Amino acid sequence: MTLRPQPRFPEPDTEPFWEATKKKDLVYQTCDNADCTDRVIFYPRAHCDTCGTLETTWNTSKGEGVVYTYSVVMQSRHPAFKDLGPYAVAYVDLDEGFRMMTNIVNVDNPITDIKIGMRVKVVWQEQGDGEIALPMFEPA
Amino acid sequence: MAQTREAAIVGIHEYPLRVAPGVSALQIKAASASKALEDAGLSWQDVDAVYDTGSHQNIGGLGISEYLGLNPRLIDNTSVGGTSYEFQAHHAATMIASGKASVALLTYGSTSHSDRRAIGTAGATGQGSPTPFNNMEDPWGMTLISGYGMVKARHMHQYGTTNEQFAEISVATRYHAMRNPEAVKAMTDLEFVGVNEITTQDVLDSRMIAWPLHLLECCMVSDGGGAVVIASKEVARNCKKPPVWIIGGAEATKYRENGGDITVSAGGQSGPRAFEDAGVSPSEMDVLMAYDSFSITVMCMIEDLGFCKKGEGGDYVSQGILKFDQTGGPALNTDGGGLSSNHPGERGIFLLLEATRQLRGESNSQVDNAKLAVAVGNGGQLGARHATSPTILAAD
Repeated sequence: MTLRPQPRFPEPDTEPFWEATKKKDLVYQTCDNADCTDRVIFYPRAHCDTCGTLETTWNTSKGEGVVYTYSVVMQSRHPAFKDLGPYAVAYVDLDEGFRMMTNIVNVDNPITDIKIGMRVKVVWQEQGDGEIALPMFEPA
Repeated sequence: MAQTREAAIVGIHEYPLRVAPGVSALQIKAASASKALEDAGLSWQDVDAVYDTGSHQNIGGLGISEYLGLNPRLIDNTSVGGTSYEFQAHHAATMIASGKASVALLTYGSTSHSDRRAIGTAGATGQGSPTPFNNMEDPWGMTLISGYGMVKARHMHQYGTTNEQFAEISVATRYHAMRNPEAVKAMTDLEFVGVNEITTQDVLDSRMIAWPLHLLECCMVSDGGGAVVIASKEVARNCKKPPVWIIGGAEATKYRENGGDITVSAGGQSGPRAFEDAGVSPSEMDVLMAYDSFSITVMCMIEDLGFCKKGEGGDYVSQGILKFDQTGGPALNTDGGGLSSNHPGERGIFLLLEATRQLRGESNSQVDNAKLAVAVGNGGQLGARHATSPTILAAD
């Protein structure tokens, strides 16, 4: 099977996120400015996208959250996905307050078995020895 | 704010073909520019401002100016996806009003169909320099269509909007397309199954591309292009056709946000600003040219521009008011839209073209005595980073 599109480097904003996946840690940043109105930063950046502060801290998520929304891809021309059968692309709201794009997996019928608002937890799809792993989510 | 009439659309052209093998995007731009200037009664060298997205030939505003043979005193390369031309119309009107230019030329050309670009279903290309958002999105196989599917799914969940209600948008658009000979030719040349009027049931019966979006809720991928000439009021008075005044415009962006509401587009910001700028209200609009990349895009534009309250778009469209010969609301996408007439990738220019035809009395689905129209583009991806810009137009 063709490998999925992989994150590509050098890309200094997201490299720490993907390095952490090698240990199956789902990481996110918070801004160090106590006055900032939204201190959770995602996707990763070297600055806070709310207040512009350059001081940020990496944290590890528990990997639990809810499905904010999803779509089930029935037709993809991409070689890695075209023979996969219907698969769910989703935004998941993590309990720590960040929203990430992901897949919802380990369901029989993604259209009917996934519900907006359902609890999910992270599951890792390995991409090879010593390589990054992809965080996906399954019903909690 | 008082309405101003400082700049007007004076010349338009829509490239007639949607399947144009052997023609380049640059040739489509030049041919459209020539016809639009002829439509205006202006000459090639009258152009002193060049607007271009630079997205199809990698040569930007300098290269297109050289290719066309123009020496503009103003160049604008704003490129924000499908709504680039509403942004550019806003900029051109503003610069003309300030006296920095007098005749602005906006051109578009694309050979998406002949290039066999699978815009909606290809997924990540893995080309170009890596970016943070590519690295955080590409591995999960989101197709462009499924990005919009996520917005539709949330809209249905949050407001109870039904598939039948979304289908009304496709039905009204096809109704108009069947009255437009170029749209009929487009659907024929692109081998649509059933070049005819459709019902909501036809939409629901069409195959699912990315749940919950059906095939007949998705735009076509065509070749094509066009041009718009915008001129100062002094120039406009001496053009061949009656001027169509640009009376308002606004711009906004929106992104995936932690805790944000994906059902509210950037139009929630730029819509009210544009109407305030024009000094008119949505209920006065005779025509709504809304970027129909997908049914959900139109639903969001209708709500976010204030034609109805947020979340009530389903009920609003199901009253059948979107057809040009019905009352109670604006006529929607009277050329047949991206769903059924023309979508080479960046449809924003066609919104301006058909709104202008309506306000000149030249549409194939002409609204009686049309006085006001709004052309609202949406560029990027509705479920992620996108831009929304309404241009409000008035008949002379």
